[in-house]
Amino acid sequence: MIKDDLIKLNINKETISVDVKPGQSLADLLRESLDLTGTKIGCSENECGICTVLVDGEPILSCAYPAVRAQGKEILTIEGIGESSNNGTDPKLHPIQEAFVQYGAVQCGFCIPGQILTAYALLQKNPNPTIKDIRYDFKDTLCRCAGYPTIERAVMAAAHTMRTGEPLPLPQVPTSVKPLEIIGNLHVRPDSIEKVNGKAIYTDDLKFDGMLYAAVKRTHIPHGTLISLDIEKAKNLEGVEAVLTAKDVPGQATHGLVIHDWPSMIDIGGKVRYVGDSVAIVAARTEEIARMALDLIDAEYKILDPITDPVQANQDDAVDLHEYGNLLKHIKVRKGEMEDGFEEADLILEDTFFTATTDHAFLEPECTIAKPTEDDRMEIYVGSQIPYADRYQVALALGWDEKRVRVIGQLMGGGFGGKEDIAGQIHAALLANETNKPVKLLYDRHESLIAHPKRHATQIKVKMGAKNDGTLTAVKTELYGDTGAYASLGEKVMTRATTHSSGPYEIPNVQADCYAMYTNNPPSGAFRGFGVTQSAFAVETMMDKLAETLKLDPVEIRRINALKVGSTTNTSQLLNDSVGLMECIDLTFEEMQKLSDGDPFISKEIEGSPHIKKSWGLAVAYKNTGLGGGAPDKAGAEVELYTDGHLEVRTSSAELGQGLVTILQMIVAEEFKVSVEKVNVLVMDTDLTPDGGPTTASRQTYVTGNAARLAAQTLREALSTTLAEKFNIPPSEILFIEGLAQVGEQKIELGEVAKIMKQEGREPITLYEYWAPKTMPLGEGGNMHFAFSFAAQAAEVAVNTETGEVKILRIIAATDVGKALNPLGLLGQIEGGVMMAIGNALTEEFIMEDGYIFTDRLARYRIPSITYTPEIIPIIVEDPTVEGPYGAKGIGEIISIPTTPAITNAIYNAVGVRINQLPINQENILLELKQRNNS
Amino acid sequence: MSICNIFHYSTSIEDALQTLGNSKGIAKVLAGGTDLILDLQQGRHSPVDTLVDITNIPELNVLEYRDQKLFIGASVPHRMITNSPDVISHSQALAEASGLIGGPQVRNVATLGGNVAHALPAADGTIALMAMDAKAEIATLEGRRMTPLKEIFRGPGKSTLDPKKELLVGFYLSKKIENAGSSFKRIMRPQGVAIAILNCGLWLEREGNIVKDIRISIGPSGPVPRRLIEVENSLRGKQPSTEAITEANIVLQEEANFRTSRHRASEEYRKEMAAVLLKNTLLAAWERSGAEGEFND
Ligand SMILES: Cc1cc2nc3c(=O)[nH]c(=O)nc-3n(C[C@H](O)[C@H](O)[C@H](O)COP(=O)(O)OP(=O)(O)OC[C@H]3O[C@@H](n4cnc5c(N)ncnc54)[C@H](O)[C@@H]3O)c2cc1C
Ligand code: FES
Ligand code: FES
Repeated sequence: MIKDDLIKLNINKETISVDVKPGQSLADLLRESLDLTGTKIGCSENECGICTVLVDGEPILSCAYPAVRAQGKEILTIEGIGESSNNGTDPKLHPIQEAFVQYGAVQCGFCIPGQILTAYALLQKNPNPTIKDIRYDFKDTLCRCAGYPTIERAVMAAAHTMRTGEPLPLPQVPTSVKPLEIIGNLHVRPDSIEKVNGKAIYTDDLKFDGMLYAAVKRTHIPHGTLISLDIEKAKNLEGVEAVLTAKDVPGQATHGLVIHDWPSMIDIGGKVRYVGDSVAIVAARTEEIARMALDLIDAEYKILDPITDPVQANQDDAVDLHEYGNLLKHIKVRKGEMEDGFEEADLILEDTFFTATTDHAFLEPECTIAKPTEDDRMEIYVGSQIPYADRYQVALALGWDEKRVRVIGQLMGGGFGGKEDIAGQIHAALLANETNKPVKLLYDRHESLIAHPKRHATQIKVKMGAKNDGTLTAVKTELYGDTGAYASLGEKVMTRATTHSSGPYEIPNVQADCYAMYTNNPPSGAFRGFGVTQSAFAVETMMDKLAETLKLDPVEIRRINALKVGSTTNTSQLLNDSVGLMECIDLTFEEMQKLSDGDPFISKEIEGSPHIKKSWGLAVAYKNTGLGGGAPDKAGAEVELYTDGHLEVRTSSAELGQGLVTILQMIVAEEFKVSVEKVNVLVMDTDLTPDGGPTTASRQTYVTGNAARLAAQTLREALSTTLAEKFNIPPSEILFIEGLAQVGEQKIELGEVAKIMKQEGREPITLYEYWAPKTMPLGEGGNMHFAFSFAAQAAEVAVNTETGEVKILRIIAATDVGKALNPLGLLGQIEGGVMMAIGNALTEEFIMEDGYIFTDRLARYRIPSITYTPEIIPIIVEDPTVEGPYGAKGIGEIISIPTTPAITNAIYNAVGVRINQLPINQENILLELKQRNNS
Repeated sequence: MSICNIFHYSTSIEDALQTLGNSKGIAKVLAGGTDLILDLQQGRHSPVDTLVDITNIPELNVLEYRDQKLFIGASVPHRMITNSPDVISHSQALAEASGLIGGPQVRNVATLGGNVAHALPAADGTIALMAMDAKAEIATLEGRRMTPLKEIFRGPGKSTLDPKKELLVGFYLSKKIENAGSSFKRIMRPQGVAIAILNCGLWLEREGNIVKDIRISIGPSGPVPRRLIEVENSLRGKQPSTEAITEANIVLQEEANFRTSRHRASEEYRKEMAAVLLKNTLLAAWERSGAEGEFND
């Protein structure tokens, strides 16, 4: 017997009565019954904290809190935080909300309701918290964009205002050295208000009439053949509206970003390649019925032994996972003569390194809604990094012309590379097409962890030759990358890992070989750092070993070999401009010296705790901006001037939380010298916005930024021409200042200019398709990339020699970004990138056992919480690149690349234990220390 | 996903016990639910028909003095325990343990009763209670009884409580005596499930510079939460010198049963950590007992 209860409760100061289903969670009640979608769900397992709401003033996790308990209680959600007004306007932001906006604590925004409520509860009890108090209370409220230091500053600032009634203290953020009018100055995100007041809509927050809920039957076996499939019982379940199998795919059976090797569903007789493969999909009236239907589907398999690592996959006797074998790609880099290089060397070192598979753990799990339209098209609502690629792949599966599919990109609760491939887009579209109803397919955290592509676990062998003075003579690397069941972007990622595997150094002789191998693990694809995270760990550890053996300083050995203008990279690219590596190294070293008395690299005891040793470690890195390797890299942007004086910039490029919308807004505002509020940004709609290309490879600021800049300039010129003709003065005498067009003595509102143009029968719109400088494929010489970002980082760590525990105390992060266009966003990228890298070094390991996933819950896959936050000292180097917008180049990935080796090098300097395998294992550190003491 | 067919929000112990007893299908007590709800949702616990929510039962929510003892109701959440001046002064080890469980949101709902009844060999609250020699009160429809805590555990995740008939009412702790102190510490690792690799609760009474009496509990050191009686004997009557601790550690390695758990910790590492925890909790409790100066070497 299922009996609903009617309960009375007070939500956001309003008393209501509502039906509660047995065992219904408070989050579900809020979101589904009361339409309060400001409360977000990240895990449903009490782990992420973002579903936090207050019950009688106390923060609780609403995802696992029985709604019945709310009976008679006061519930406060994000929608109720602001000070409500009586005149029907939006509530005034609460100081905490205001602080989160002004300080730039809002990135993707998905965790923000939980953060703000956690802060609210804390400040009610403790109006004057210390950083320690904040960390205690925020311990389990995770943010994957991880602006933890900014969150701390925002909470402190809000506390100040709440205590004193004084205005919010202004944030101290390093700006560009040479700011322009808008560019290089502090501007808050255009979407931050809706992200702090709970109004921001992500895909799962959307509801449509008659919407069905989908669920996917997955194989849950890593390797085998599907022998039989029975869907009859599922079809007959009351409430089920469609059950589809591979036979029901009208178009192409497979999809993929580069190679179409990934079946939407496995057909009978077909090969199962990983636990996340699907065999059937269901649409039903409720989520619960859809899940019940899955249990009624019988699938029988012939189970085969899985291939679980890339070295095994490359052996002669390994079974083939794909028709063409297990080798996705053998990637080669060749420069100079290896034999000569090693001959010349006074010292040769060799070692092998292992990095772990990791998961993006964006806090918003994947969600797609597919909605058939009356004019026979399909709308896809989804948070996607590449809307046009979604459109293409969905259309292929449906067997439709691409134009019939419209992808309407939604706000994204983080991507980090993990929302480039197809997740539920095709499945939802197939079901919507079949039922002619909107269909939502939402993954829970468990499904998200199982299904989507990861970061490649990579085995990296490095052999390094150097002269006694530290000059590198030869570097040889061999990489094995685990690309899992399907190609995804595996080839590209591993290419980047390979070309960057000898580090940002000028080396006369280089050889790199990478084997990107298929296995029966989940696919691997793009993940912030794009392979370079892995190879930097190996090569930067080797550089420290080399320095130690040659009795050189870690700084010195990097200075000797660092790339500079005029150097050729290991792919024989001549670097013409914008190589800020040396400056990064020098500034990092300077800062490190300031913060440590004497040699930063020697081991020191922590006062009062002689068993805890601390030291610094250094690492450097470089990372390409843009696709490179000969791939045409272009983006379209459209800029329109409206008669009310507003401008709009449109491009399909994705906003995943990283701040592209702010950059585009600032660029257009800069070009017209108007305030940013005058510029709307529309992104990610394949009907309304031109193709911006994939949001990957740290390319958007550069490529789409340039498209927006040039579209704006072209429009500005068109306006000038119009005015010049009308007023009969040369176009060069027309200026755009302070939101006005200045024509001689006369000042004209921009809206008026738009009207004039329209009157003349011309639309004040320009579309600009920007093509980034041409690049060359690997192995053909020339420029493989059109720009590189550079970084040096130093980490100070403390190692407990009794337990092996590692604590990261400080990170100095110097980054050459070309030009700091958006300082607030840049700071968010720096802090978030460092925190994500700390996860890579210390907390994160996606564990598979014979192809089965052990870390299938967030509880088992730990991402850094606020308690891991070190002091982060950002240093911004601006060595401009000619073609970049105002000199800028990519920053999204470079930040998180040198952190891991800086940390592991620091551990060595502190206690003498080399880390060759990630994540850092405290147990291994301790046991090695013990062993050493015993011998 | 629905986690039950009937959700019974109980208001008295009798009502809860009756509902449990009368339920036709499988019925289960639900406290904070931070273990049970997740176990149900994720299929680690077989489906139940009825959940009997006991968080709203007044008697289970009190924290008060009874007959010279401190009583903590089974449904008292960890946040209240860790912030309670009474618990801090009489049973600091427990206050410390409760303060380490989960984050503030979890501590606002997770209960001490749930921590004990879940019967994991290294539950933090439980290990602290063991070291504090807590007694548990159990209610049935027939009446109440008191039992030493250790009687509640049958195996990892298994309690001796009869799920249809018995309910934990709360825990009784002795008041602090002069020259006594307690401490709780644990070792975590940054990867994987946020439960301790090893934890240790320790209580001691000091006489001059001698350990007059001592209780030590380390988890997981066997299938159920346990005290380490031999280690206690080894330290009792001694000055807590480096030598005494070294000797105690030898006894500890014999008495405790440390095992390797997959993706968490090896037996070898646990053995090393046990020695560190023993030393550190002893040092902290010794200091709290009012001892002056460092250990005697
Ligand atoms: C994010 C997170 C972090 C955590 N961290 C820790 C940690 O650091 N240390 C730690 O020890 N634990 C931790 N836990 C586990 C859990 O929170 C604690 O064990 C908690 O104390 C359980 O209490 P509860 O009230 O939620 O129990 P519930 O889940 O409600 O119940 C647990 C079990 O006890 C039974 N039960 C509950 N109350 C009674 C009663 N009065 N009589 C009889 N049976 C009863 C239930 O039937 C059930 O079988 C964590 C959990 C989460 C989700
Ligand atoms: S803790 Fe509730 S959604 Fe993650
Ligand atoms: S802003 Fe916190 S998860 Fe993105």
